[in-house]
Amino acid sequence: MAKRVLMKGNEAIAEAAIRSGCRHYFGYPITPQTEIAAYMAKKMPKIGGVFLQAESEIASINMVYGASAAGLRVMTSSSSPGISLKTEGLSYIAGSDVPALVVNVQRGGPGLGGIQPSQSDYFQATKGGGHGDYKMIVLAPASVQEMASLTMLGFELADKYLVTSMLLADGTIGQMMEPISFEDAEPKTYDKPWALTGTEGKRTHNIVNSLYLKPDELEKKNFERFEKYRLIEENEVRYEEYMTDDCELCVVAFGIAARVAKNAVKAAREAGMKVGLLRPITLWPFPKKPLAEIAGHAKAFLSVELSMGQMIEDVRLATGCSRPVYLCNRTGGMIPSPEEVLAAIKAAVKGE
Amino acid sequence: MMATVFEKPKSLTDAPFHYCPGCPHGIIHRLVAEVMDELGIEGKAIGVAPVGCAVMAYDYFACDMIEAPHGRAPAVATGIKRARPENIVFTYQGDGDLASIGMAETVHAAARNENITVIFVNNAIYGMTGGQMAPTSLPGQVTQTSPYGRDTSHCGWPIRVSEMLSTLEGPEYIARVAVNNVKNVKAAKRAIKRAFENQVAGKGFSLVEVVSACPTNWGMTPKAALEWIESDMLPYYPIGVYKDRSAAKEEK
Repeated sequence: MAKRVLMKGNEAIAEAAIRSGCRHYFGYPITPQTEIAAYMAKKMPKIGGVFLQAESEIASINMVYGASAAGLRVMTSSSSPGISLKTEGLSYIAGSDVPALVVNVQRGGPGLGGIQPSQSDYFQATKGGGHGDYKMIVLAPASVQEMASLTMLGFELADKYLVTSMLLADGTIGQMMEPISFEDAEPKTYDKPWALTGTEGKRTHNIVNSLYLKPDELEKKNFERFEKYRLIEENEVRYEEYMTDDCELCVVAFGIAARVAKNAVKAAREAGMKVGLLRPITLWPFPKKPLAEIAGHAKAFLSVELSMGQMIEDVRLATGCSRPVYLCNRTGGMIPSPEEVLAAIKAAVKGE
Repeated sequence: MMATVFEKPKSLTDAPFHYCPGCPHGIIHRLVAEVMDELGIEGKAIGVAPVGCAVMAYDYFACDMIEAPHGRAPAVATGIKRARPENIVFTYQGDGDLASIGMAETVHAAARNENITVIFVNNAIYGMTGGQMAPTSLPGQVTQTSPYGRDTSHCGWPIRVSEMLSTLEGPEYIARVAVNNVKNVKAAKRAIKRAFENQVAGKGFSLVEVVSACPTNWGMTPKAALEWIESDMLPYYPIGVYKDRSAAKEEK
């Protein structure tokens, strides 16, 4: 078994990125994710990589766009207000079909909001954020170990499908320390014949571009891109189920909310209630099928979120509104206690 | 025997330019392409197209190309250059792109002395969108969004990009040229060549501001537009080398 080390969540992302073969990081300071940049600033010059602090979030995502178009594994990281600024670049990256890894260690919003943990960028991450028809793969880590393993997976899926993978973490997991281990496996890489490398006079020029002035061509491009998204929905859904086989109430939660919810589900079982937990690991593609299956036997669902209720809409859609979906939420940087979630479970079981 | 007296640079594709009749973009594209040919860097070059009239420059330059979001070309070029320092990376941008929405990217790429070449076409107007006031539109200039003439008490003064950037410690080379007559076109080519040579030599950020015309949106004939460069543009935007670190060192 690989050696276990004690790491902070944000640092685990940075180390995993380096182990994934990422040698280019561009970012801009923002709380609560600065440890990622600090780690990169220290490590990259020692291993022949590039850490560059950009003049803005907008510049940093465009540096990512350039380096990715040049064929390299590249990333940026930020937190909620910074991600809003990056969405222009995210749309161009999607429209140009180049890969990228973008980390959002979420904080409370809207506006400048706060610096405490939040999950209120769920809509922004899963429904697009920027302009135009596009999707990103959205990965939701619930532990420091997953900060590392989903970073690695994110790079791989981004290269495989030529999309952005967004690691949608939160301030709690970013800041907390846990023992983790890294797999020694070599990172999987993909050929990039489309990349800007210089023609060397041996081929016609490569063009990385999102402009299609002829509407029929743009429509065709969008149809092609959504065929790719369909494949992702078919092949890349990831989730964890806990005691859902016989559950009458299914709690749905991701990230730090799922860890709190799991404790509450355990307590509910001990109290004799048939409660289970489904934790989406991919928020897009969303685990629609398992939720639809659970709706076959569960009487109700409870969405536990650090927002005013965003994922709850996808739970309703996945279950075809066939069962009531309740909400247990805190927002603004507040986190529910297991007791609060347990109380919400009891209420939901009673149909309140 | 037939002798070839004129041909298209290798660094241009066969795609016909979409530019309006009398637009100097064609001349400036050609100058950049001739320089790439002469330096033999076409196979190593990666160009960054802007948002604006030159948005489709990726169809015209035969080297690898990318189309950047509006104003972000220097950031995109930074990403490419940092990823592939052995390649030759250039941006081709207009005044709205470089001096308005992308000013931060421009200033900071210059401040970092990013080893890239920037071709900045200043024609004092937004051409692609139909002739709105640009950050470089002259006082009193009539545009679609300054229909009574640019009123500096209301919307401020045009920005002299070359002068401003030359105050920075970072950049290697900042020059302003014009393409309104043969003599100036030849000088423009020399400056563009210098800006690429600097990058090949690893010297850093080199920007050539090319004072150009927009006959369509200025509402002038091509000839009158070239005359307006001389009579109105160049007094506000004087031709010259505003920063040349290597030359300054040699003088010492």
